[in-house]
Amino acid sequence: MTSSKWVKHMADLQDLYRQIILDHARNPQGRGLIGSLQDGGVAQSHQVNPTCGDEITLRAHVMRDRSGDVRILDVSWEGQGCSISQASSSVMTELVIGQTLTQVEDLAAAFRSLMDTRGGTVDPQVEEQLGDAAAFAGVSKFPARVKCALLAWIALRDALLKATPVEGERHG
Amino acid sequence: MVDKAETLDRGELARIRADFPLLARPTPGGQDLVYLDSAATSQKPDPVLDAEQDFYIMRNAAVHRGAHSLSNEATMAFESARGQVASFVGVEADELVWTSGATAAINLVAYGFANATAGIGPSAAQRFALQPGDEIVVSEAEHHANLIPWQQLAARTGAVLRWFGVDEQGRVRVDESATVITDRTRIVAITHVSNVTGAITDLAPVVARAHEVGAYVVLDACQSVPHLPVNFRDLDVDFAAFSAHKMFGPTGIGALYGKRDLLADLPPVTTGGSMVEVVTMTEATFAPPPGRFEAGTQPVAQAIAFGVAAQYLSELGMAKVAAHEAELAAALLSAVAIEGVRVIGPTDPQDRIAVVSFVVDGVHAHDVGQVLDDAGVAVRVGHHCAQPLHRRFGVAATARVSASLYTNEHDVECFATALSTVRDFFKVGEAYG
Ligand SMILES: Cc1ncc(COP(=O)(O)O)c(C=O)c1O
Repeated sequence: MTSSKWVKHMADLQDLYRQIILDHARNPQGRGLIGSLQDGGVAQSHQVNPTCGDEITLRAHVMRDRSGDVRILDVSWEGQGCSISQASSSVMTELVIGQTLTQVEDLAAAFRSLMDTRGGTVDPQVEEQLGDAAAFAGVSKFPARVKCALLAWIALRDALLKATPVEGERHG
Repeated sequence: MVDKAETLDRGELARIRADFPLLARPTPGGQDLVYLDSAATSQKPDPVLDAEQDFYIMRNAAVHRGAHSLSNEATMAFESARGQVASFVGVEADELVWTSGATAAINLVAYGFANATAGIGPSAAQRFALQPGDEIVVSEAEHHANLIPWQQLAARTGAVLRWFGVDEQGRVRVDESATVITDRTRIVAITHVSNVTGAITDLAPVVARAHEVGAYVVLDACQSVPHLPVNFRDLDVDFAAFSAHKMFGPTGIGALYGKRDLLADLPPVTTGGSMVEVVTMTEATFAPPPGRFEAGTQPVAQAIAFGVAAQYLSELGMAKVAAHEAELAAALLSAVAIEGVRVIGPTDPQDRIAVVSFVVDGVHAHDVGQVLDDAGVAVRVGHHCAQPLHRRFGVAATARVSASLYTNEHDVECFATALSTVRDFFKVGEAYG
C-alpha cells in the first residue's frame, strides 16, 4: 500500500463525515413532525431510498406574505436513515426556514450542483450560498451516498409542490 | 447439518486464493482487499475466466443450428456444461434449463403456472392451472426474487398468498407446515438458505407436507448450491433455481431444475426461435424440455464457464467446501459478538452458512459499511432484497458479511478490527455536547 494513497483515502472518509455532519446527525434539527396536515398551508411528502430502505416524512408550512412572496414558515420531518441523510435533513431545515420559494429553489439547485462535483472543486459562490450545507461536498465522491444527502431535498420539493400557501402578514 | 468433513489446510487455501486474480488487487485506497460480499456475487477463478475466453477464441459458433463442425463443437461443449451443472446438483441434464439467473428461473415457473391457468398449453398443462382461492405458500425470509413473482401469480389467478413466519433467529417456522400448508395449497416456494440470516431451512417437513396435499415445491437454491452439498433429487423438490454468478460462474446465466414429468407439461413463457418443432402461420408445436424453455440465442460461453465453475467446486468436494465455510461462519459470529452489535440470524453455526447480517446500535448500516470500506473491507448494506424480513426484525437495513471458499482467517480478522472502530468513529454512547 502506498502511503500517499492511504493518506488520501483516510482524507476521503474524514471529508465525507465532516464534524459538522456528525454533529447534525447526533443532534438533528427539525426532527419530529409539528402541526397538522389539516392546517392551512401545510403539505407533506414521504420519500424512500429503495436501495437502503431509508425513509423520510417531511412537512412544510408555507405562507404568502403581503409582497406576494411565498415563504417557508416551518419545516419538520421524521424518518430513519444514515448519518448523511439525517444530517442533510437537519442542515436543510435550518437553511430553508424563512426563505422564499425562489430562494429555496436556488438553494436546492446549488445543493444538487454540489452533489454533481464528484469530489472536484466547488464553486466558491455555491459554497457561500450553502453555508453549512457545503460540508456535504465530500459526499459527491461516493455516488452510493448522494441519494442519502438528496432525500430531504427531494421531499421538500415534493411537499412545496403540493402546498397551497395561506395568505398572511408580511414575514419577519 | 454440515458434515464433519475434512477442512482445507493453509496450503490448499492459499492455492485456491491464487486461482482468484481479483483477490490480489488493492482497494482504491491502496489496501489489501477484504472481500466479504460473496453472497451478492462471488469472485471468479482462472479456469472459469479462461473457459469463457477460450470459447470465443477457439469455438465460437451458434449451437444447435449449424451443420458445420465448429457449431458441433460449440453444441457439444454447451450440452456437456449442462451435464456438469446437472450432476453437480444430483439431477439429469434434460431436467436442467438454462436461464439468465435464478430470478428468471423462478419467473419461468410462476408464469408457466399463469399460462396454464389461462388455458395455454396442452391439456396436461392443466395440472398447473390455479383456481381463485388456491393457495401459494412462501416464507417471510424470501428474497424478493422468490416473493414478487408469486404475488404477481396470485394477482393474475385469484390465488391467495400465505407464508411461513420466522423465529427470533430468522429460521423458517417449518414446524408450522401442517397449518400453513393446507388442502388448498398448490405451490410452496421457499428458500433453502436465507441470503440475509444465513439460516438453512429444514426442508424435509415442508416437502413432505406439500406433497401430502399435492402441492409443488419450488426451491430458491441460490445460497445453498454454492456453499453446501445439495442434491435436488434427494430433497425431492419439484423445481429449483440457482445462479452461476454466486458460485464462481459468470453473470447472465443460471439454471432451473424441474422434475422431468413436470417440465414435460409446463407451458413455455418466452417463445421464439430454437424452442419449436413445427411452425405454421397460425400455430407452433414446441420442442421437448429443456430446449422448450430456451428461446432465442443462449449465453453459450457463459453456460460453458458455468459448467467449469461446477466442476471446480466438485473437484474440491462440497463436503470440504462446507466444512471450511462452517469454520468461517463460527469465526464471523465471534467477530460480531461485541458490545452494541446484534446479529439477525441463527447463533448456532450448525443452523447456518457463513452469511452474517447485523446491526450496530446507534449507527446506520450505511455508515457501518462506509467505515468498513475505508479499511478495505467490502460488505453489503441495506435490505438485501428482503424487505419483509427486515421489517419482521424492526430494522430498515443491516450490514452483511458473507464468506466463500476463498475467504480466510485474515479476512475475518481485518473485518473484526475494522468493526471494533465503528462505534468510536460515530461516538456512540458518548454524551452529546
Ligand atoms: C436467496 C436469493 N434468491 C434469489 C436471488 C436472485 O438471484 P439473481 O439476482 O442472480 O437472479 C438471490 C441473489 O441476490 C438470492 O440471494
